[in-house]
Amino acid sequence: MFTVSQLLTERSAVTDLGLEAHELTKRFRGNTALNGVDLAIPRGQVLGLLGPNGAGKTTLIRVLATLLRPDSGTARVAGYDVARQPGQVRRRIALSGQHTSVDEELDGRANLVMIGQLLDLTRRDATHRAEELLSRFGLTEAGNRRVATYSGGMRRRLDLAASLVGRPQVVFLDEPSVGLDPGKREELWQMIRDLSSDGVTVLLTTQYLEEADTLADAVTVIDHGRVIASGTPAQLKQQVGGHTVNVRVNDPADVDRVAAILTVVTDRTPARATRHQLTVPVSGDDDFFQIAAELRRQAVNVSELSLRLPSLDEAFHALTDASAATPTPQRP
Amino acid sequence: MTTHTHSVDSRTGRPLRWLRHSLILARRSLAKTSRNPGAIVNGVVTPALFLVLFLYVFGGAVAGSTDNYVQYLFPGIIVMGAGLAGLVSTGTNINIDLKNGVTDRFRSLPISRLAPLLGSVLADIVRYLIAVAILFLLGTILGFRSHGGVTTTLAAIGLAVLFGFCVSWITVLIGVMVKSAEAVLAFSFLTFLPLQLGTSLAAPTTSLPGWLQSWVHVNPVTAVMDTCRALLNGTPPGDRLTTTLIWCAAIFLLFCPMAVWTYGRRE
Ligand SMILES: Nc1ncnc2c1ncn2[C@@H]1O[C@H](COP(=O)(O)OP(=O)(O)O)[C@@H](O)[C@H]1O
Ligand SMILES: [Mg+2]
Repeated sequence: MFTVSQLLTERSAVTDLGLEAHELTKRFRGNTALNGVDLAIPRGQVLGLLGPNGAGKTTLIRVLATLLRPDSGTARVAGYDVARQPGQVRRRIALSGQHTSVDEELDGRANLVMIGQLLDLTRRDATHRAEELLSRFGLTEAGNRRVATYSGGMRRRLDLAASLVGRPQVVFLDEPSVGLDPGKREELWQMIRDLSSDGVTVLLTTQYLEEADTLADAVTVIDHGRVIASGTPAQLKQQVGGHTVNVRVNDPADVDRVAAILTVVTDRTPARATRHQLTVPVSGDDDFFQIAAELRRQAVNVSELSLRLPSLDEAFHALTDASAATPTPQRP
Repeated sequence: MTTHTHSVDSRTGRPLRWLRHSLILARRSLAKTSRNPGAIVNGVVTPALFLVLFLYVFGGAVAGSTDNYVQYLFPGIIVMGAGLAGLVSTGTNINIDLKNGVTDRFRSLPISRLAPLLGSVLADIVRYLIAVAILFLLGTILGFRSHGGVTTTLAAIGLAVLFGFCVSWITVLIGVMVKSAEAVLAFSFLTFLPLQLGTSLAAPTTSLPGWLQSWVHVNPVTAVMDTCRALLNGTPPGDRLTTTLIWCAAIFLLFCPMAVWTYGRRE
């Protein structure tokens, strides 16, 4: 135990990690929510935590934010151990939960001032900080209104503002863009990018792959409480399937001939996407050129021929399907 | 977000941070009450109804005259107002906070886990004092006169409020234990029904049938009512004061730590 923690201390000193977790497990009455999760985020980076409903994302965030004690494993946030130095961790983190955590009955300004005071700012400093954040989040006007009258987007912004009162080093955002329309989502993304460029480490859970793709420096996919993949969005796409060749013909009668070509070249059975279209995974560029050459040799009339990376969406589904196919025991 | 120095740490060295945080959170709770004064109305209306009902329906039968009876009845009504009538609101509010993200926010702040709960209960004290003040006005109109001095009168009120403060921790515990606000109401009602019903509020213990008498006598609420009655009528409370203080200490020492512990552990 002692040596492990020493090791972790050294490691965070060397690589300057904003957050790291080691073999975290958490069980709820026999239901394993976290099953040995490892995680590391360099300081100032955004990590996107992806996973289907019930994967354990919220549980992981709650463990890292010191709201839940893990059954085993260790985690350090901003350099402090979540189990042994929760007070130090709480001074340096902020949590914006799945449910907004601002007070409906108070006005926006009072919410922020109260949090400032709880963080031991003087009333004057707390008011000043509240003003600063209200203006940064475009809520100066709305500051005097009860939060109950706010729209979903305004509430989210206030919630994020409330998280930033204490100038946290690590911010946890649990599905921050749920219920926001696309315009508001863009706005939120910009705010998260700003945080990151200020050196704040961000752990963000999401079910929107696009969100992880545009925001995250790295992505970790979890399912059934286990990490099933991690890397940059590009690495995940590569890891999953590499490339796909997509062939579309003008005449549906040609489809069988094309299928035969694809099978011969790739040694795989192509999928029939539509009546006119076939797709097949390929292992490299060579296959693509061979397919092109063969199509030309047999004079097949092709309207589209393309080589593409999978979307993060496809990568995600491939990963979670693979993990579902090899189920992990729920009761150890 | 230009700097990451810990400006927030500037005052952490100060003592009694937990008390300051509790007061900040009490103010939050009171700000909510001012928008929704139901808790105070509840804390006034029920005891006021009891006062009027007992005074004019049973008054003559028990003490011979309404004037004598109000001297007996009113101190118990104060005890009701200072805690028993309005106290489900604390448990309910804490439970509602647990449901939305507010509690998660508090628990992820570097503040004592006691603070949100104590803040809620301290706000209750203010509500109880308001309720007691209104009841005192009503009692005076109906003919009640305190025969203790100013200090003794204030001591009686203080004792009633102290008892309210201590039993508040029972609903706080219920609030942090159960799943829904409705369940808080149901459990609080069941817990406080025997405490509220079997008391010396309307008539001296000796006038009750034997089976009820023994319960009424051990009921802590009776001890508080007897003590306040003695103080407000200018007679010595004797061992009822000691019993009251022991009950207050016992209830507080049992339920406050349990509530804080459960609150900290709730997943
Ligand atoms: N407080 C709790 N009590 C019991 N089970 C829980 C609790 N919180 C989460 N779980 C269970 O743990 C698993 C992971 O849940 P969660 O972390 O909320 O997933 P996600 O946020 O990825 O949707 C689920 O099976 C969920 O039912
Ligand atoms: Mg979740």
